[in-house]
This record gives sequence, C-alpha cells and structure tokens, in this order.
Amino acid sequence: MSLEEGGFAVFLGLLTLLCVLLAGKALDPVFAFHATIGAIASAAGVYLIVKAYIDRAGKEVPAEINGKPNYNYGPIKFASIAAMFWGIAGFLVGVIIAFELAFPNLSMGLEWINFGRLRPLHTSAVIFAFGGNVLLATSFYAVQRTCRVRMPGLVAPWFVILGYNVFIVIAGTGYLLGVTSGKEYAEPEWYADLWLTVVWVAYLLVFLATLWKRKEPHIYVANWFTLAMIVTIAMLHLVNNAEIPVSFFGTKSYVLWSGVQDAMVQWWYGHNAVGFFLTAGFLAIMYYFVPKRANRPVYSYRLSIVHFWALIFLYIWAGPHHLHYTALPEWASTLGMTFSVMLWMPSWGGMINGLMTLSGAWDKLRTDPVLRMLVVSVAFYGMSTFEGPLMSIKAVNSLSHYTDWTIGHVHSGALGWVGYVSFGALYCLVPWVFGKKDVYSLKLVDWHFWISTLGIVLYISAMWVSGIMQGLMWRAYTSLGFLQYSFVETVEAMHPYYVIRGLGGVLFLTGALIMAVNLYLTITRGEAEEAEPAGALAAAE
Amino acid sequence: MAQHGEIDKVTGVSTTGHEWDGIKELNTPLPRWWLWLFYICIVWAIGYYFVYPSWPLVSDYTRGYLGYSQREAALTDAAAGQASRMVIGKGLEAATFEQIKADPKMLEFAMANGKAAFGNNCAPCHGSGATGSPGYPNLQDDDWLWGGTLDAIQQTITVGARSTSPDTRQNVMPAFGRDQMLTADQIDKVADYVLSLSGSGGAATDEGKQIFADNCAACHGEGGIGNQDLGAPKLTDKIWLYSGTKEAIVAQINNPKLGVMPTWGGKLDAVTIKSLAIYVHDLGGGV
Repeated sequence: MSLEEGGFAVFLGLLTLLCVLLAGKALDPVFAFHATIGAIASAAGVYLIVKAYIDRAGKEVPAEINGKPNYNYGPIKFASIAAMFWGIAGFLVGVIIAFELAFPNLSMGLEWINFGRLRPLHTSAVIFAFGGNVLLATSFYAVQRTCRVRMPGLVAPWFVILGYNVFIVIAGTGYLLGVTSGKEYAEPEWYADLWLTVVWVAYLLVFLATLWKRKEPHIYVANWFTLAMIVTIAMLHLVNNAEIPVSFFGTKSYVLWSGVQDAMVQWWYGHNAVGFFLTAGFLAIMYYFVPKRANRPVYSYRLSIVHFWALIFLYIWAGPHHLHYTALPEWASTLGMTFSVMLWMPSWGGMINGLMTLSGAWDKLRTDPVLRMLVVSVAFYGMSTFEGPLMSIKAVNSLSHYTDWTIGHVHSGALGWVGYVSFGALYCLVPWVFGKKDVYSLKLVDWHFWISTLGIVLYISAMWVSGIMQGLMWRAYTSLGFLQYSFVETVEAMHPYYVIRGLGGVLFLTGALIMAVNLYLTITRGEAEEAEPAGALAAAE
Repeated sequence: MAQHGEIDKVTGVSTTGHEWDGIKELNTPLPRWWLWLFYICIVWAIGYYFVYPSWPLVSDYTRGYLGYSQREAALTDAAAGQASRMVIGKGLEAATFEQIKADPKMLEFAMANGKAAFGNNCAPCHGSGATGSPGYPNLQDDDWLWGGTLDAIQQTITVGARSTSPDTRQNVMPAFGRDQMLTADQIDKVADYVLSLSGSGGAATDEGKQIFADNCAACHGEGGIGNQDLGAPKLTDKIWLYSGTKEAIVAQINNPKLGVMPTWGGKLDAVTIKSLAIYVHDLGGGV
C-alpha cells in the first residue's frame, strides 16, 4: 500500500472513530445525524481505499500508456453526473420557492419546506453543488489535458470529489432541518466549514501537483483562472467563516465578526464568491471549452493576461456595493462603487476573448447547438457584467437595491452565464470522458437550448419589470408628500411577475431534464470513439 | 510544438507559438476601444476620489472636494419633506377634530396622511383594507372594543393596548378554566349562553345565565352588552374578535388569548396620529 493510500486510510479511519464519538455525545439531533453521515462516509472511504488496493493487486497505475498520458477520468465522470443530479435538484427547489413567493401558502405550514429553509438550499445547490461539481470536473479535465499529464494521486482526486459531495449532503440536509449560520451563501455550520477546508486544501494540492508535473512549458490561461479561484475561495471561506462553536458536540456557532464589520466581511465574501467561484472558475471553463469546441485559437493572448490580472485585482474590492446606504461608512461604499465600475472592462475582456475566438467559426452556430450554448453564455456574461457595475452606482442602486431587479441580475448571470457555460461544457465533457464520439442527440441539445432560453428570457424580463416597478412604487410620493403605496400594495403588484418568473423556471428545469436524458443516453448508447483518445480535435490552422 | 508563431489563415494574425491540447492563442493586440474604456473608467474613479469621500485614513477618511455627506443629504431631504408636509400639517396640530373636518384642505391632508400611515404601520395586523383577521379587530364595522369616537380612537392609537406605554389600554380576561374558577361543564353551559345572546345557536339555560351573571357580567355587562370603558367586547352581536364557534368561545373562557397593540405615541408624530384617527374613524367609526 502506498504512503498516500495508507495515509488517507488512517485519516479516514480516525475520522470514523471521531464521528462515532461525536454522534454519541451530540447535544442536538441534527448534529448526531450529521456525525453519523460523517462516520458512514469515512468508513466507506476506508473500504473503497482497501478495495481499490486489493483490486490493483500491487500493480502501479501507469502515468502513461504507449507514450500517451493515461488521464484520470474516473473522478471527472463522477463529478459530471453529480453536477447533473444536483443541478436538477437545485433548479427544482428554485421553481418551488419561486411559486412559494407567488403563492405564499404553498409550503402548507411545513417548516422543512418553507421559503426560509429552501432558499439557501436552492442557492447552495445551484452554486456549490451544481456549479462546484462542474468546476471540479472541468478543472480536473482541463488541467490534465493542457499539462499533458495524469493528475497525481490514486486517492486524492477521489477524496476531493467525494469529500466535496459529502459536504454538500451535510450542508443541504442541515438547511432542511433548520441548521444555518445565517450568512448568505455561507450558511453551513462550523463542522461543515471545517470539512470543506480539508477538501479544498486537497483540491489545491492535487491541482498544484498536476501543474508541477506538467509536460508543457507554459501554464494555460484556463489554469490561471482555476488556480485564482481555488486560492481566493480558500481565503474567503476561512475569513468569513471564522466562527466559534457553542459546543464541539452541537451544531450552533457564532462568527467572530460583529455589526457592520460582519456585514462588510460577509459581502466581501459574497461578492467574491460571485467574482471568483462563478466568474474566474467559469472563465476557466470558457477558456478551455470554447476554443476546443469551435476548433479555433483563442482570440488574444495579451488580452487574456491583462484582463486576468485586472479582474482578480479589482474584484476583491467591489464587495461594499452590496451595502450602499446602510451603516457601512460612506467612504467604503464609494470605494466599492468605483472599483465595481473599473471592473467593467476587465470583465468584458473575457467576453471579447470568448466571442472573438469564434471568428472564422461563426457558421458552426447554425449546426452545433453545444457551441451555440457556449457562445450565448458568453453573451449573457457580457450583459450581466455590464449590468453589475451599473447597479453598483449609488444613484442606480438607490432604485434597484432590495428589489427584484437584483434577483433578475443574479439570474441573468446564473442561468445565462454559469448555467449555459456549464451545460455547454458538460455536453462536451461527458462524451469525451466516457469515450464517445459526441453527445447522443444534437437535436435534444437544440430543444434544451431553445426551451431554456425562453425560460431565461421570461425569468429575467419579469424580474426587471417587477424590480423597477417595485423600486418606483417604494419611492412614489403623493402631491401632499406622503408615500403613495404601502409595502403590501407593492407586494400585490408583483404577483403576476412572480408567476411569470416561476414559469420561466419551469422551462429552465425542463431543459435540464432533457439534458439529463441526453447525457444518460450518451453514456449508455452513445457511439464509441475510435482510435484517437476522446476529445483530441485537429489542431488549429 | 511550434517554437514561434505561425500565421492564422482566417485572421492573418500570428499565434504565440504555444499549444495546449490542440488549443493555440493568437497574438492579437488589445482592442483599442476596450483599452480606452478601461482607462476612462480608471480616470473617472480617480476623479471621483477627489470629489467624494472615498479613502480611509488613520482616524478619518478623505472628505472630497465637494464636502458631500450622504447622511447629511438624507437628513436634509427628510427635513425638506417634513417641512413641505408641515405647510398644511402645522394647522392640524392645534385644530380640533371638528375644525379639521370642517376644513376641506385639512381634511384632505389628514385622510392622505392617515392612509399612508395606516398602510405602513397598521395594515400588517389590521389588513390593508382594515377588515382585520382573527385576533386583530376589524375597523370597518361599528363594533369598538375601546370606543369608536375620534377621541377614543386617537387615544387607543397613542397608548396601544396591553402595550409598553404606562398609560396603555389595559384589561385582562381571567382564565376561568386554566385557573379552575369554573368547571368544564360550567364553561360549556356559559358558552352556550353567550352564543344565545347573539342568536348564534346555543341553549340559554338558567344555569348558564346564572354563571354569566356571577362571573362575566361585571365586565361584559348585564346581558353581554359590553363595556368600552373596560375594553370588554360586546357579546350580543355576531362580530367576534377571535371566532364565533362554540369551540373558540370555550377556548377563550378556558385560557384566553390577550392581544397586544403597540403604542404609537413615541413612534408617530401627533399630527400623524390625529390623521390616523380621522382616517380610521372614517372607515367605520361610530359614537
């Protein structure tokens, strides 16, 4: 047994014992439940390590076969399927809460499915479960291919993928059972945060080790973005979740920060979860999959360097724009606003590089719905990164803040950019890692594309109209100087738009279900790839 | 791998010479419009720093050339709004209800002020149409717990009911069942009697009548006519604060719910409270 296998087996074995102990001494039932999940998962980890060790019967897994890298696709396959699963779960919960807003009695008084608990379940499921698994799958694929080397470790890559998904299960079940730290996009409690830290460090190490062993002289741009994402998310996660548990045997903890400092740390985290997880991470996907699928060279190397550094330098300052007109000092708020505006062009650098890579291949949009999905995602990226700086300007924010406009903005980025670039990448990745020629049915991809595009349009236009109407109603005065509408009247006025938004969500979910069927058929019935290893396309002219 | 760039046939631009898994990169210069817009945004931001508060110092922050303060601007705006309302509003301070009702301008102002204040302060409990809900009185009907005159309504809004104000409207319905003042059988009979008072069914037994007279009439009045001085609900009509079913009445005698209305005296100014009284009275006020 190698040192790595042995080390992981001992670590997970000890963790099993610790979890059993914690489950036995737990102060609240959810903690006991989560400790039990932890014990079962760690024990399963030990079993899998030992089983794999026996199965390989002392043979080394070759890093190369016939002079070609023996890429490690197993964890990528798992993460791709997990992404699809969590995606559908997350979209479904989104649809449910959209209708709960339109019809407030829909939760039937059941606390497990009321809006307060399902909302973090939705956001975490789509961002961290769906988005996270897409990032893990695509980054492990792209880093191996662009470094021309098998990622190191027999256990470590699996530990990252499976450990991450255990984190998702603990976080998600916690929300449903009412366990939350109450910090937006960082709701998991202290023990889940600690576990994620361990997994994330393992992710960083596997990624760095792959780069270290690379056979290419230079590091490809997609990997810069992934690395920036991993490092910054680690920093954000640690600072925003600096919390002290009430007891080591219970779920509840309190964060170190308080008052406006806590608010500032929270939105420094929250905005950069968008900036580094949902932007840098997914730009990495764009930089690999768009040129690959279009079979064209990246538009501008120089632009990729300049916009990369500008983006990561400027993004980290932009958080205060979430706290305009609050207890946050005015100077912090203006500073955040100016950095957000300066961020406009660095964001658009990615859009330009994505779109212009298509020059010479625009005709493919007619025939290849997967490429169309990728390109439309970049267009949505451009749109929401224009809207973002615009909304960060105080005068605009005074109208938009706390309204549905924000929700519309987030979803044009989330459904349009993150969703579509992920779908496009999965449509490429699944056939490649499962050794198939292409996705089972391009016709179904076409259906997915149009149904979800209609869904996105319904969603974001409903939210724009509703949000701006809401903002205008809040600030409307009568000629005598009194507020013209009470709050409840604004809520009533939003009802039809809430219904439209819900229907948009249904369409988006329908598209994802079509995709799941298509990917399933690709894996089970897809035409096998011949001689050349999957994904090796002809080099650019 | 090519060590130096080749020319891309489509764009005529050379590549950088590197290749990763079949992906090459073009050596295209930065788009000029992009670069200039980026510069303009940076220049704008720097300009902004000179004009507005923006950078932290050790114990202060840069104030900016304009000396603008968001907080002061907001306070100025609020003061200006208040001043413009006070042009008419001032008159309401000293005026009696009769004077306000007699002056169309003051009345219009009071109704507008009352409507806005009601929507943002009262509607969450009493409903946006003021029709109430179980536990929260309907203000559209002519049944008043603490009196439906303009003065009484103004007083109730000012001090609230069972609120934190020292002058609050205050009463307690005893928990006849919980505190074992009446047996379950007695409660059953008196509940039937109470139902019979408004002709809502229930048998008016002599025993029920006697229990009522001994225990309830002190507050609710002989025959359940109610007492607004004590805030004791009238039981002879079919208007119920909680519910008119027998179960609800038994529950209320057993272990009564005691609703709370906050005091608005410190939160809303006198003119607004006066306006609210006029608005609410107009909905369904009475004598």
